Amino acid sequence: MNSELNDDNDIIMSLSKVGKKYGQNTALHPIDFELERGEVHVLFGENGAGKSTLISLIAGANKPSSGQINYDGKNVAFSSVKEARLLGICAVFQEFSLVPQLTVADNMFLGHELSSGYVLDKAAMNDKANAVLNELEFDLTADQIVGELPRAGQQMVEIAKAFCANVSVLILDEPTASLTEHETEQLFRLVNKLKSQGVGIIYITHRMAEIRQISDRVTVLRDGLLIGRLNTCDLDEDSLVEMMTGGSASDVFPNVESTAGNIMFEVSNLSSELGIDDISLHVKQGEIVGLAGLIGSGKSEFAQVCYGLAPKTQGQIKVCAKDISVATPSTLIEAGLYYCSPDRHDSGLVIDASIGHNLTLSALKTNEFSFDYSYVLKGGNERQRINTLMKRLRIKADDSHHLVNSLSGGNQQKVLLAKALSRQFEVFIFDEPTVGVDVATRKVIYQFIAELCQQGAAILLISSDLPEIIHLTHRAYVFCEGQIAVHLEKEQINEQSVLSHFFAKGEAA
Amino acid sequence: MMSNIQNNIRHMSSGGINRAMKVISNIFYRLGVLPFLLLIAVVTFTLLSGNFLTTDNLLNVARQSTYLILVAMGQMFALLTGGFDLSVGVIIALTSVIAAMVMAWANLHWPGQVELAIFVGSVAGLLAGMSIGVINGLGVAYGRVSPFMMTLGMSSIGLGFALYLTGGTPVYGMPESFSDLFGFGQILGVPTPVVITLAIAVFLWFFLNYTVGGRYFYAVGGNVKAARLSGINTKLVLFSTYVLCALLAAISGLLLTARLETGEANIGASLPLESIAACVIAGVSLRGGVGRLPSVVMGALFIGLIQNGMNLAKVGSYFQTVVIGVLLIIAVLADQFRQRMGK
Repeated sequence: MNSELNDDNDIIMSLSKVGKKYGQNTALHPIDFELERGEVHVLFGENGAGKSTLISLIAGANKPSSGQINYDGKNVAFSSVKEARLLGICAVFQEFSLVPQLTVADNMFLGHELSSGYVLDKAAMNDKANAVLNELEFDLTADQIVGELPRAGQQMVEIAKAFCANVSVLILDEPTASLTEHETEQLFRLVNKLKSQGVGIIYITHRMAEIRQISDRVTVLRDGLLIGRLNTCDLDEDSLVEMMTGGSASDVFPNVESTAGNIMFEVSNLSSELGIDDISLHVKQGEIVGLAGLIGSGKSEFAQVCYGLAPKTQGQIKVCAKDISVATPSTLIEAGLYYCSPDRHDSGLVIDASIGHNLTLSALKTNEFSFDYSYVLKGGNERQRINTLMKRLRIKADDSHHLVNSLSGGNQQKVLLAKALSRQFEVFIFDEPTVGVDVATRKVIYQFIAELCQQGAAILLISSDLPEIIHLTHRAYVFCEGQIAVHLEKEQINEQSVLSHFFAKGEAA
Repeated sequence: MMSNIQNNIRHMSSGGINRAMKVISNIFYRLGVLPFLLLIAVVTFTLLSGNFLTTDNLLNVARQSTYLILVAMGQMFALLTGGFDLSVGVIIALTSVIAAMVMAWANLHWPGQVELAIFVGSVAGLLAGMSIGVINGLGVAYGRVSPFMMTLGMSSIGLGFALYLTGGTPVYGMPESFSDLFGFGQILGVPTPVVITLAIAVFLWFFLNYTVGGRYFYAVGGNVKAARLSGINTKLVLFSTYVLCALLAAISGLLLTARLETGEANIGASLPLESIAACVIAGVSLRGGVGRLPSVVMGALFIGLIQNGMNLAKVGSYFQTVVIGVLLIIAVLADQFRQRMGK
C-alpha cells in the first residue's frame, strides 16, 4: 500500500536481539524476529509469554531495552505509536485506544484528521470511514458514538481504524476475541487482501483453527523467550501446545478426581440488566465447574450479579443450602462464598497497601483477627496467618510488610488467590484466575485450586482460556449472549464441543 | 604513586558522597519531603531570630498549632479515602457561633449553673459542626457527589448560616470559666488544648493502626472496589470519614472559641488550605490510601513553626500566605517525584 517502500526486499521488518526489561524484571529476553511482505505471522504463547511486549516494541508503544529494529532496510527507533504509524506500522491492541465520547469516524481519524486548512473536513472523514466500514462489512455507521457500542462494536472500530491509514505492517492482537463468525470471516478476507498487496501482518491468537486458516508462519514464545518458529504447513497441534506450555498438558494441569457431594452453590433463573438471562446452574462439594464463553457472553457478569455487584431482576441464589435474599459482598462472605476478581489492579487488590493487609482484608471481623465489639486487631494471630498464607502460595517477598505494588504480576495474583484462605469459605468463584501470569505461577495456581477441590470445596472456574476449562473442570457450562448454550459433562468437554457453542445458533461453524 | 593515592582519596570521598546521597534519597523515599523542610526551616529561623529556638517559643508553637493539628488529622481521613474536605473552616465557624450563642443564652437564663451552660453550649456547637459533616457524608457516600463540589457547597451554606445568625459581629457573653478552662488553662503545666489534642492524636493513632475500622479507611482509600469485594461497607466508611473530619474540626472550633473568648463567623477561613497543606507535606497521598498520623501531626506543627518563625522574623502576614501556597505546591511536586522513584 505504501509505494515509497523498497519493493526488492522481501523482508519488511527484522528485529535483532530486541529485548525489554522493566527494572529487575525481564519481560522479553533478546530475540530475533523477521516479517516478510505478504506474510501472516502468528505469535503464539500464553498470557505473559512476551507477545504483547514484543508488539508494543514494534508498534512504538514501548522502547526496547536492547537490540535493533530494522524496518524497510533502515534502523529505526520509535518514540511513540504515532511515529510508527506515520511510517506505516499499525497496531490493533487488545486494550482499546478509543475515546468513548467521540463518534466512530472521529476515532478512526484521531491523530491524523483530514482537514482543509485548519478546519476539519468532517464530510470527507465520514465518507472515508463509511467506505472502510462497508468494505469490512461491519454493521456500524460513521456517526455512532463509540461509548454506546457494545464491546464487539468497539473492537470493530479499533480494527477499522487500522485500515484507514496507509499500512505496510499490521499488528492484530486477538482481534477476533469478541467478533462473530461472520465478522471474523470478513476480517480474514481483508487480511488476505492486504496480504496480496504485500503488507506484513503480525497476528496474535490462541485459536488453532485461526492459525491454520490464515497464517504462514508461527513463532512461539514462553516466559519472554523465543521457543521456536515453524511453518504453518508442518504444524502439529500437540507439539505447539507443548512448546507453549513447556510440557505436555498433564505437566501443567494437575489431575483432580471429582468427589462430588452435596450441592453447595445453586442459582436458579437468575437474570440481570447486566446482560444475563434466566441462568440456572449448580456446583457440588468437591467438584470444579467451568464457565466458558466469549468476553461479554455473560459468564463474568453472572459472577458479578451472584456476588451482589449488580442488581438482579429475578432469580434465587443459594450458598451452602442457605437462601441469599439480599446479595452483597459481606453477606456472601459470611455465607461462605469467596469471589476472586478477574482484574487484580482494578478490583482485586489494594496495591498501595502491604501484602499482609491485603491478605486478611476480608477476614478482619472474624474473631481470629479481632476482638468482638471493640474490633481491636489481634496482631499476633494476623501475622501468623499471613506467614502461613505466604508460604502456602509461595509468594516471593522478604517481608509481609512490602507493598503489593512492589511484587511481580504473578506474585500479586498469588496474593489475590491466597485471600481465599484467610477465613472459612465453602464455595469459590475464580474469575480468570491466571490472567497475565507465567507458567510457573500457573502451575502453583492450578495446584492450589486442585487442593481446594480435594478438600471438598465447591469451585466455579470462569475462564477464557480453553485449556483450563478442558483440563481442570469436571463439568462446564458454555455461555453465549447471556444464556447457557450448553452444559457439558467431563467426557464431553473438548475444544470442538466448547468452541462450537461460543456463537449464537446459525452463526456457529 | 602519588596520583594513585589521590585517586583513591577521590574515590573514597566520592563513595562517601554517593553513600550520603543514597541515605538522603532513602529518607526522602520513606518519609517524603517533610524532614528536609523541617531542617531548612529550623536552621533558617534560628539564624534569623535568637528567640526562635527557645523552650518557651517552641511550647508556644505547640499551643498555637493545636487547632491546626486537630483539623489536619480530620483532613487526613478525608484524603485517605481519596477525597478532601473544603468545609473544615466553616465547620469551625459554625461551631464557634452556635456554641457561643447557646452558652451565652444558658449563662443568662440559668444563673449559677455555669458548668451546665458550658456543657450544653459545647454539645450544641459540636452537633452544629458535625451536622455539616453528616450532610457532606450523605452527599459523598450515598449521593455520589464529588467531595470537591459537596464540601465547597456546604462551606458556602455553613458560612451563610453563621453570618446570618451573628449578623457578622462577634458573639459575647460566654461564662469566663469556659475560656479559663479550655483556652488558657493548664493541666500539670501543659496548656489544656495541647493535652486534649495529644489525647485525641494518640487515640486516633491507635484506631488507625490497631483496629479493624482504621484498616478499612486505608483499604477504601487505596482501592474502593477491592474493599467492596472484600465485604467492607464502603459507603459507611466514606460517610464516617466526613463525620469524623467534622467532629475534629468542631472540637478545634470549640477550643479556638475558648481561646478567643468570643464566637466568630469569620474564623477558620485559612484552615482548609492549611490543613490540606499539612497533610500533603506529611506525605499523605492525594490519590488516597497512603498516609501516617504522626507525620500529619508533624506537618501541622511544621506549618505552625513556619508561621511563628516568620512572625519572629517580622515577615508580614500577606507574604506568609504566599509562603504557605508555595510550600503546598513544592510538597505536591516532591510527592510526584517520589511516586516516580517507586516505579
